[in-house]
Amino acid sequence: MSTPLLAIPVVVPIFGAALSILVGFRRELQRLVTIAALSVTVVVSIIVLIRVDEHGHLVANSGGWSPPLGIALVVDRFAAIMLVVSTVVLLIVAIYAIGQAGEERERVSFHPLYLVLAAGVSASFVTGDLFNLFVAFEMMLAASYVLITLGGRPDQVHAGMTYVVISLVASTLFITSLALLYAATGTVNMADLAVRLADIDPALRHGFSIMLLIVFGIKAGLFPLFFWLPDSYPTAPGPVTAIFAGLLTKVGVYAIIRTQTLMFPPGDGGANWGDDLLLWVAAATMIVGVIGAIAQDDMKRILAFHIISQIGYMIMGLGLFTVVGVAAAVFYVIHHIVVKTALFLVAGLVDHRAGSSRLSSVGGLVRSAPIIAALFAVPALSLAGLPPFSGFLAKFALVDAGLSQGLSAIVAVALAVGLFTLFSMTKIWTGVFWGSAETEPERAPQTTDRFGGPPLMVLATLSLVAISIGFSIWAGPIHELSQRAAEDLLNPAGYIRAILGEAAP
Amino acid sequence: MSLALAAVTAILFAAGTWLLLQRRLTRIIIGIGLLGHGANLLLVTSGGRAGSPPVIDGSAGSPAEYSDPLPQALALTAIVITFGVTAFLLALGYRSWQINRDDKVEDDLEDRIVARLNELDGPEGPIDDGDPDTNEFEVEEDAQP
Repeated sequence: MSTPLLAIPVVVPIFGAALSILVGFRRELQRLVTIAALSVTVVVSIIVLIRVDEHGHLVANSGGWSPPLGIALVVDRFAAIMLVVSTVVLLIVAIYAIGQAGEERERVSFHPLYLVLAAGVSASFVTGDLFNLFVAFEMMLAASYVLITLGGRPDQVHAGMTYVVISLVASTLFITSLALLYAATGTVNMADLAVRLADIDPALRHGFSIMLLIVFGIKAGLFPLFFWLPDSYPTAPGPVTAIFAGLLTKVGVYAIIRTQTLMFPPGDGGANWGDDLLLWVAAATMIVGVIGAIAQDDMKRILAFHIISQIGYMIMGLGLFTVVGVAAAVFYVIHHIVVKTALFLVAGLVDHRAGSSRLSSVGGLVRSAPIIAALFAVPALSLAGLPPFSGFLAKFALVDAGLSQGLSAIVAVALAVGLFTLFSMTKIWTGVFWGSAETEPERAPQTTDRFGGPPLMVLATLSLVAISIGFSIWAGPIHELSQRAAEDLLNPAGYIRAILGEAAP
Repeated sequence: MSLALAAVTAILFAAGTWLLLQRRLTRIIIGIGLLGHGANLLLVTSGGRAGSPPVIDGSAGSPAEYSDPLPQALALTAIVITFGVTAFLLALGYRSWQINRDDKVEDDLEDRIVARLNELDGPEGPIDDGDPDTNEFEVEEDAQP
């Protein structure tokens, strides 16, 4: 089914960014533009999700060129789910950013950049063209480079440097892979690539599979390509870190799931070592991430290491390559976007309230700011996978999928890592909310706020926590939707036919 | 001709990778630039042999005689993106020089703090780790008796 609706989540934020620069002299107008543009995007994304769930795939050909010549925009159930979750999170974090007073967010460029970032994230989900995915990544990354260094403080410049250089290396590898793919197949349309890759030498195909895994693995923070992530994310201002942690790595995971299921499906002529590779990578990512977190003293850095270990779970679901496994991975991705963003927003609240996010400089917040403590407890327990929260359901689905294939080793790793996650969350709890501060915080604490922080910040965090609770209340329908999305993903013929039409073999 | 292009691409990639592994920021930026050029050249080469300009005006015979326009369009896009990001990187490098008066890339501060925790717990007890600006590897070497 064809519809121009798909372009809106990309076009509206881009035009919003342009308008935001034009009204740059008035901060209130900029805020209004951001909220309006993101609200439109959320509404359109929800309409797209409903229609995709009814009709299967939605396709739009930009410029009217029929595929595989033009750039095709394609949304299947997985892309639509990601689109809805990411736009909702972007809107909520925008509200949080407006509520937080701070030098960075008072700059003219914050709002336009945030909208360009939103457009880049949406474009990554709706595109059906591998080169266009590169452009979407660059859009998202270029905005993120400036957002991470906005303010130009020494630590930001230092961390931003690592981030920019690593991302640029990944982008260069991406162009290299695209050039080699084009030389081998003569196309960059993903559906067309899927058809033509089936005809080339399996060894070459494995090479491409690994190259794309490395490219997206750097963005997603897979073992052994994760090292840049904990150094660079925590230095950005609170809301920016939350978006980076919650969304940007997950765009990488999305790209891995999309390319591996569509272009390199398992079982076609000895691709099995590749599947095992994903499981090994998943196990290593989980273990290294969780062990790295134990040594840290800063709340944001502990959470940043946990992004890595959680990415391992998603790749584990993909590595199983069954409908239940991939469905669990899809559920895990959306649960994790919401929960991780909420945790970083809480870290921002702690930072605001206590003047520091170091465990050694903060203490006793459970008495002085009980609302922040409650807002932390729910997503933290969810991240660790305790019932009845959404993390438990996501982990349960994953463990169930692993056991049904008799892969008890990876399941044991997943459960052990869950235990260590709980340990880290307990460490934050005892360090920040119980006990007392051992050293002086970097900035003066703000103790005057009635709700533990500025009302808009608390409200935004609260709504994310409410969404994560909603995931466990409506887990049945959401899991069924993930199941349908996984069936689509593991049946690439439907995706290919939706784009190439009758021309598909 | 393609062999020459392939050789140039290989040299650009090799030189770029070597420069990228240096500790001086200016070298890293030049390395990124070279890597980008290498990748763009590879993109152009992926279009196959050179041919007539891809404008259909009847001057060339069969479609096989035209050169493939798509990789050229892709390379143009990639060049523009590389250009913009390199400009940003240079600005960042300048800001870094403004702050430090030095373009050496240091290890992450938190990593150094965590590395130091390890020493405090060791049987040797607290040690004098000298200049705090040195990197963690040098500090660990000092810790060895």
